[in-house]
Amino acid sequence: MPVLQIRQAIRDAMREEMERDERVFLMGEEVGHYNGAYKASDGLLEQFGERRVVDTPIVETGFSGVGIGAAMCGLRPIIEFMTFNFSAVAFDQILNNAAKIRHMTHGQFGVPIVFRGPNGAAHMLGSTHSQSFEPFYAHIPGLKVVAVATPYDAKGLLKTAIRDDNPVVFLESELMYSVKGEVPDEEYLIPIGVADIKRPGEQVTVITWGQGVPVALKAAELAAEEGIDAEVIDLRSLRPLDDDAIIQSVKKTNRCALVYHGWPYGGVGCEVAMRIQELAFGYLDAPVARVCYEDVPFPYAENLENLCLPSPERALAAIKKVCYR
Amino acid sequence: MTRPSKGPDFPPNELTDEDLRRHFPDKDEALRHYREMLRIRRFEESAARAYTRGKISGFLHLYIGQEAIAVATKEAMREGDRVVSAYRTHGFALALGCSPNACMAELQGKRDGLVGGLGGSMHFFDRARGLWGGYAIVGNHIPIAAGHAFASKYTGDGHVTVCFMGDGAVGIGPVHEGMTLSGLWDLPIVFVVENNRYSMGTPLHRTIPVEDITLRAAGYGMEHDRFRVTSVRETQERLAAAIQRAREESRPTLIEMITYRFRGHSMSDPAKYRQKDEVSAWRKQDPLERTGIALGQLHGVTEQALEAIDDEVVAEMNAALEFADHSPQPDPEVRFENITV
Repeated sequence: MPVLQIRQAIRDAMREEMERDERVFLMGEEVGHYNGAYKASDGLLEQFGERRVVDTPIVETGFSGVGIGAAMCGLRPIIEFMTFNFSAVAFDQILNNAAKIRHMTHGQFGVPIVFRGPNGAAHMLGSTHSQSFEPFYAHIPGLKVVAVATPYDAKGLLKTAIRDDNPVVFLESELMYSVKGEVPDEEYLIPIGVADIKRPGEQVTVITWGQGVPVALKAAELAAEEGIDAEVIDLRSLRPLDDDAIIQSVKKTNRCALVYHGWPYGGVGCEVAMRIQELAFGYLDAPVARVCYEDVPFPYAENLENLCLPSPERALAAIKKVCYR
Repeated sequence: MTRPSKGPDFPPNELTDEDLRRHFPDKDEALRHYREMLRIRRFEESAARAYTRGKISGFLHLYIGQEAIAVATKEAMREGDRVVSAYRTHGFALALGCSPNACMAELQGKRDGLVGGLGGSMHFFDRARGLWGGYAIVGNHIPIAAGHAFASKYTGDGHVTVCFMGDGAVGIGPVHEGMTLSGLWDLPIVFVVENNRYSMGTPLHRTIPVEDITLRAAGYGMEHDRFRVTSVRETQERLAAAIQRAREESRPTLIEMITYRFRGHSMSDPAKYRQKDEVSAWRKQDPLERTGIALGQLHGVTEQALEAIDDEVVAEMNAALEFADHSPQPDPEVRFENITV
């Protein structure tokens, strides 16, 4: 099976969907002639031309709104944010237009659009460029929110997101574009709303997504060395959440630790913990633990940044804590 | 570059006989415009009464004084063209052919409302009639409208998007970004600033640095036009020229239409920030009144004939109120529909 980087899997997903459907186009800063700030659109301009691979000036509100307006007319835009940190200036478009149009118009209009790009901390970018946006978007009824951690998931979920009739926020990671993995030649789709067990285990459930996945997997390895058999669940979809996958695992292991990139306060982890206590309270042998960003604006200095990030070591400590070890 | 005047702002706009003939040359046309403007005015008055009786809640922004613009827009459009507007949208809905029944039911949050009672006064949409909103976050519909125009250019559907905003919107960011992209990409769109002289309760001279809003068009590479709204006919002609430019040359235009709202910003606003003589001076230039006067002076239409039209229109709006009163509340399950599909 071919081995691809995540950036190539994303590009292939876009290419295949653009070949398949004339209504699909890509729009954003540097997506065309520059071939993408992270080369996720490498070669697409050459193949599809400027009509369908549209470079924009630096106007996130403008091109997000243009995408939404075009989607209302039946096109299927893919809007690339160079980083989701820049989506903050387009937040009103996503919150008040993309997410609400279908409901508020009683179904007269739909908004089949994908907002995609890297999310979360990279390396020493300072506080304005190191934020995880999933809590903001997962909070909003009317959106779907996806976070990917492997080339296989990236391609299968992005193809599904492009075909979805709803607005989908599709979260990638700057530091993971070069992560490699097997991607089949033949077409496949991964449904939105289905979690994936990235490592099966029996004694403790580790729930994670996006950039947290490699951290959680490494922590599970470390736990295994200490005789703890951890199951790692990659949510992949943050809205809707796969309650069944979460609850099934927790009922089996009776213990749960959350490992993710993002601030603690009111984050997606809080929603997951809430659902666990609602749906599997009687099965828990320990309070749910979490390892995520520290509750501070991200500092620039390397030592400070490292202290704020969820590390495998901190994740291991949380795993041991819920196991009373 | 002139700063907006700080004094009472009611420049005289007396019409000569020649002007009258130019604005109202055709009896049947003027009668049609008169009736359509009157329908909007009587609808708004009915809505205001329903609001004071507690039948309508939330925000209610009336279009009284600006009706000629909506009627002219309908006359200038073609089938498939799109109107995108802000939160003062009832006039566009009625002009485009939405039933007063559905509009009034929407104001009351009823099942038979234009959007099933889910939107209210500020969120009118009727796709079939070319009403593409209904946006209540000031200025955030300008990129959306540019997106409709982008889609027209992408698909070659030949439709034009006409996007309205108030003078209070022109300072906010999305307006700048949406107009930048429209100019950069030569989108088939017409932007219309309905300059009614007030951003809610704040007069122009405290919101806009330069009197002529269309000076901004140069920075976006757009054509522009600027005029006082006097008649439906003139408004329609000048808007039609911009629509034609969009359709045939795929070039955007920024138009400033100077108008006036006779009521407050919304029903909760008594408009104490305006002097009575300012309002009465503008009322003398009311396009609806002027059309009525011209119909008498130029075309021999009697007071009684105009009153007969009024009676019909009032009856239509009373029926709309009756309809809305009897329309049931939305089914409870509706709140779960159309969130995602």
